[in-house]
Amino acid sequence: AATGMRFGLGREAMAEEIAAWDVDVRPDGTGLPEGSGNAWDGEALFEENCAVCHGSFAEGVDNWPALAGGFGTLADKDPVKTVGSYWPYVSTVWDYVHRSMPFGNAQSLSDDDVYAIVAYILYSNDLIEDDFELSRDTILDVEMPNAEGFIVDDRAETEYTIWRTEPCMENCKDSVEITMRATVLDVTPEEDGADD
Amino acid sequence: MSRRKGPSRRQFLTSAAALGATATAAKAAGPDPLITETQDWAMGLGDGVDATPYGLPIEYESDVVRRNVEWLTADTISSINFTPIHALDGTITPQGCAFERHHSGAIEMRKQDYRLMINGLVDRPLIFSYEDLERFPRENHVYFCECAANTGMEWAGAQLNGAQFTHGMIHNMEYTGVPLRTILAEAGLDAAGDFKDKWVYVEGADASSNGRSIPMEKAMDDVLVAFKANGEALRKEHGYPVRLVVPGWEGNMWVKWLRRVEVMDGPVESREETSKYTDVLADGVARKWTWVMDAKSVVTSPSPQAPITHGPGPVVITGLAWTGHGKITRVDVSKDGGKTWETARLAREGEDKALTRFYLDTVWDGEDWLLQSRAMDETGYVQPTKAQLRDVRGENSIYHNNCIQTWHVKPNGEAENVEVS
Repeated sequence: AATGMRFGLGREAMAEEIAAWDVDVRPDGTGLPEGSGNAWDGEALFEENCAVCHGSFAEGVDNWPALAGGFGTLADKDPVKTVGSYWPYVSTVWDYVHRSMPFGNAQSLSDDDVYAIVAYILYSNDLIEDDFELSRDTILDVEMPNAEGFIVDDRAETEYTIWRTEPCMENCKDSVEITMRATVLDVTPEEDGADD
Repeated sequence: MSRRKGPSRRQFLTSAAALGATATAAKAAGPDPLITETQDWAMGLGDGVDATPYGLPIEYESDVVRRNVEWLTADTISSINFTPIHALDGTITPQGCAFERHHSGAIEMRKQDYRLMINGLVDRPLIFSYEDLERFPRENHVYFCECAANTGMEWAGAQLNGAQFTHGMIHNMEYTGVPLRTILAEAGLDAAGDFKDKWVYVEGADASSNGRSIPMEKAMDDVLVAFKANGEALRKEHGYPVRLVVPGWEGNMWVKWLRRVEVMDGPVESREETSKYTDVLADGVARKWTWVMDAKSVVTSPSPQAPITHGPGPVVITGLAWTGHGKITRVDVSKDGGKTWETARLAREGEDKALTRFYLDTVWDGEDWLLQSRAMDETGYVQPTKAQLRDVRGENSIYHNNCIQTWHVKPNGEAENVEVS
């Protein structure tokens, strides 16, 4: 690879520094640390750290995300996209929980805690048994139902070829009818001072 | 900022209607006391130059602010607010009212505490301080940052009544920063080998981290590590002191509070590119890596928050157009819901991956209008209708809704967000 001019700025990163910040986990498991946990351990941890927002069964509370369920709904009018029904990789669950959850107290879980909580989320989605010991060595054994559910952006073929065309300027349609109005829903916030 | 308790828009419209089209200075019945009587400001004194070391807009503009929509998200921390595009003109977004989107809130970090790590497939993993970054050669560019979810609430129908809410997850700023390729070269890229099928993973210093994977080709092209916007330091809520600028690509990838760039031989497939920022099609299969924001436009005035209050006669139809594919070359405007179109005037030649202002100087006869705008870009792409988008994608994509917007302008001058056949 071509390299440009060097300015001699910055300093070499130390191994401890890289270890502290570089914690991303890849779909093939690269980046996962030692450790393990199962849904039995995870249930208690989930109740303590996660259930207030995500529900005791990972079903979601109020507007907070449901982490389980929704299987077979992706083509429905209102898809329910959860770890079980939508997420393609277990690695992402581990990485995201480890790095960014619980909301408001991120990076507070030990590696074993994360394995156990991820196991509980997978168990809540009926993807593993309750005694399945989740670890670096077993995580790729978990089959994610929607792993094949994604395609790489295909707009170039399915859209751009159709829509790169000289547009109509006159007599483009015979009639125009209003089919929907936002004021019927009336969900727009009022401006300050309005509606005294 | 003082909060003016002035007349609501509804009250204003009522009184404007009561006064009719005669309530303008040009048609006044008698001498105008604002002219014939000496006003306070023509006699007394204004503020001294020491009154406002860093000013805010005058109180009469207090409605030109960011707004949020409570029901959209579970809380206001991982949430969105909206730029008041209905009230702005030109193309540069004032930073103080430019939209915010956080996943774990707007964090506060001093420049002294800032560190940027470059690691992975590089010859020398490096740590930079903020000061280091300012010692690299800089560039200036104006780009739009549009949230992938902008207009996302409108997929299934007309929902929110105002351009701010339907199209305001966008801002456009002049950035000063260092090309990412300059910083990667400093770490040395011999270790990366062939750039083809190499990626960078970028993440922020906040709790959400917002990690995203970017192909090496884009990273080496026009991505900026930016520390100034519109001439001054980034605002806290926009990533102070350093953010990534990813021209033409969905706003989620513009990682704020940038702390780490890792060169990798594959994508991470992080939460923000699997669970989120993937677009479900009608058959339940989802597109991933839909990075580019396609050509789009919206009439900002008249619009639901910017009604016509002056009665029939000359009126300026204006709006914004933009495309992630390069330059806007043309914007057409329709007043009859797409039956006929007129080509608008671009205030300035379209700029690369930046907002473009358009005007149609015209006359309103006081009749109903079904106002639309349709952008074209330099690749020949024509902004589609919502029906065209739904034919390909269905209604559950959430992201990347760049459909043609319709405003129904009524005889009383009010405008409403509608869908038309």
